[in-house]
Amino acid sequence: MSDNIKISVRHLYKIFGDDPQPALEMVKAGMTKTELMEQEQHVLGLNDINVDMPAGRTTVIMGLSGSGKSTLIRHLNRLIEPTSGEVWVDGENILEYNERQLRGLRQHKMSMVFQKFALLPHRTVLQNAGMAPAVEGKSERKYADEATKWLERVGLQGQGNQYPHQLSGGMQQRVGIARALTSNSDIMLMDEAFSALDPLIRTDMQNLLIDLQAELQKTVVFITHDLDEALKLADHLVILKDGFVVQQGEPQHILLNPNDPYIEDFVSDINRARVLRVRSVMIETTDAEGEVSGEVDADDTLESVISKSEGDTTRRYRVTRDGQPVGMLDMRRLVRALVPRDASGETRMTG
Amino acid sequence: MATYDFVFEALGLKEACGADDGGGLSSMADLMGDATGEDQVVSLWDTPFPSLDALHEACPAIPQSREVTRGLEQGFLNIKDSLKVVVDPLTQPLSWALNEALWIMQATPWWIMIPLLMLIVYLVGRSAKLVVLVAVCFGFLAFIDYYEYTMQTLAIIFVCAFICVLFGVPIGIAMSRSDRVQRGMIPVLDMLQTLPPFVYLIPLIFLFSVTEPKLYGIAIILYAMVPVIRLTDLGIRLVDQDVIEAADAFGMTKRQKLYGVQIPLALPNIMAGVNQTIMMSLAMVVIASLVSAPGLGVLVLRGIRSLELGVGLLSGLGIVLLAIILDRVTKAALARINAAQK
Ligand SMILES: Nc1ncnc2c1ncn2[C@@H]1O[C@H](COP(=O)(O)OP(=O)(O)OP(=O)(O)O)[C@@H](O)[C@H]1O
Ligand SMILES: [Mg+2]
Repeated sequence: MSDNIKISVRHLYKIFGDDPQPALEMVKAGMTKTELMEQEQHVLGLNDINVDMPAGRTTVIMGLSGSGKSTLIRHLNRLIEPTSGEVWVDGENILEYNERQLRGLRQHKMSMVFQKFALLPHRTVLQNAGMAPAVEGKSERKYADEATKWLERVGLQGQGNQYPHQLSGGMQQRVGIARALTSNSDIMLMDEAFSALDPLIRTDMQNLLIDLQAELQKTVVFITHDLDEALKLADHLVILKDGFVVQQGEPQHILLNPNDPYIEDFVSDINRARVLRVRSVMIETTDAEGEVSGEVDADDTLESVISKSEGDTTRRYRVTRDGQPVGMLDMRRLVRALVPRDASGETRMTG
Repeated sequence: MATYDFVFEALGLKEACGADDGGGLSSMADLMGDATGEDQVVSLWDTPFPSLDALHEACPAIPQSREVTRGLEQGFLNIKDSLKVVVDPLTQPLSWALNEALWIMQATPWWIMIPLLMLIVYLVGRSAKLVVLVAVCFGFLAFIDYYEYTMQTLAIIFVCAFICVLFGVPIGIAMSRSDRVQRGMIPVLDMLQTLPPFVYLIPLIFLFSVTEPKLYGIAIILYAMVPVIRLTDLGIRLVDQDVIEAADAFGMTKRQKLYGVQIPLALPNIMAGVNQTIMMSLAMVVIASLVSAPGLGVLVLRGIRSLELGVGLLSGLGIVLLAIILDRVTKAALARINAAQK
């Protein structure tokens, strides 16, 4: 993964309540979310968050309801002020920004896509898509070309003069995405952007985002509580629970090495064959000698390898990337990877 | 002698009250007592409430209740002049506006005025039915020779409703932006709304001369402004928080947010407030004819004073027709806004 860090969150704490400072000290001393609620009537939103978000990649923040995902993403453009901590964007601590600099950040560097679309109902689709240039004071005539371009890119040809309520939910969210793209910002924040859509449309939108990413390489921060979605989109996966980061890293790595029962619960229901890639389970070796039944690509899913092997667990495959051998894949090893770790090892305590 | 003598005796305050009890025979009870010449032996059943008057009987140093009303009156008269210095110039434009509007509405010939009103109604409501309704109503009122009065009433309503909106909307916006302002304003609005309309007129009559139009102008405005303030405040507070958040996330300034998002999205509620404000101006303009507001209200008053049943009923009908027109037209405008915003 590229070492280019776009957004860097350091020791971020957020406590909701009338008097957060004393509560902050208690949290730093080790008080949990439930204790803080019971004893101090303060809500622990975020607890010592440290996350680096790589430039041009998709960082997915995942967690159950109330785990602090929305709170975290709203700190990145300071819709919520932290109780303590730092947020660095392109090497600048945005918490030191004054109001004007902050507006500049929101207008040019970051755009946001919302779960409930949050379009302006009294403006046309075109005007909604052009919200960012309009905020800068550009006239509709000036931004029309740019906005139309992005509306067409997300699949809304010729709908510019409609009003949002005349569109379906999926189309409205396309407007939301076009609005974010028209701002030409490097960073796109997406708070459960696809959660309000029905499953088929949702898959469409995920594919649209993947296509756009291949083309534009924005730094995307995506929030979801759906692991399938997370694994589909993420280059970097951050898992939150009760306001703290339980585990973060490469999604495949987390899937194979969950470090917490909370995450094991999450990953137990997943179709691992479809999600895991060959590269995550192969043995890395360049001199792949010996008898092999064929070649597979490092980025193939295990599902495709299984169908290739016709279920024969005795086979071995040579793994290649760009035609070069990079490892070996044993079918037994592959099958073992399909079973969650704790189920194959010691018995699980939780049902 | 009086019921509560014992209180003052017990407290040893008889001296302080002034020894002489037989001074002014001022309360009714005193007079009665005197007339019958009996000493009052009051049974427990008839014990009077220890009111000012009752206590005054026992102790003349305590003022009678009518002193209170007289004191209030005196107080008001004392500040009246200084109040007038401030309020008079401030409200003078209202008199001018009312006079001008009355003059224009009456000076314009009917064959311009009625089509003009129909045109306005069409522009606001975009409904041919409504235009016909307006034509019929005004035609009828003109036919029975109430045209003049109708125009006077309309002129007053236009001016007052306009001023209500002019001040009411900004006040409502200020309330929506600050909980403190809202907490401060709500009791004032409650008071303005619950005070019987006649009560407004009393201090105003003392303050201004009855010949000045602003006398009734102020009464109408105070009474009718409440709904537009309340609904502006409510409308802005009810604007979808997600949309506000989006506006923030794209870097809008407070001003852009107010004019570009909050007011447009609150417009249905604001228009509902304007509708109520206009209806309340109409109600008040009738009452205000007591203090020389011209228009249909004068006819109603004539109907009452000189028992001209026909005049009273017809002018009442005229007011109903006006109310229907104003209500329908503002509702049509409201419906158009709603349609544009889903
Ligand atoms: N303004 C607020 N005041 C008090 N507590 C808040 C506030 N906003 C969020 N919280 C609390 O902070 C915690 C995290 O909330 P947050 O909205 O970030 O959760 P989330 O992970 O986005 O959940 P969801 O999936 O339901 O959107 C919750 O316990 C919530 O009750
Ligand atoms: Mg959320």
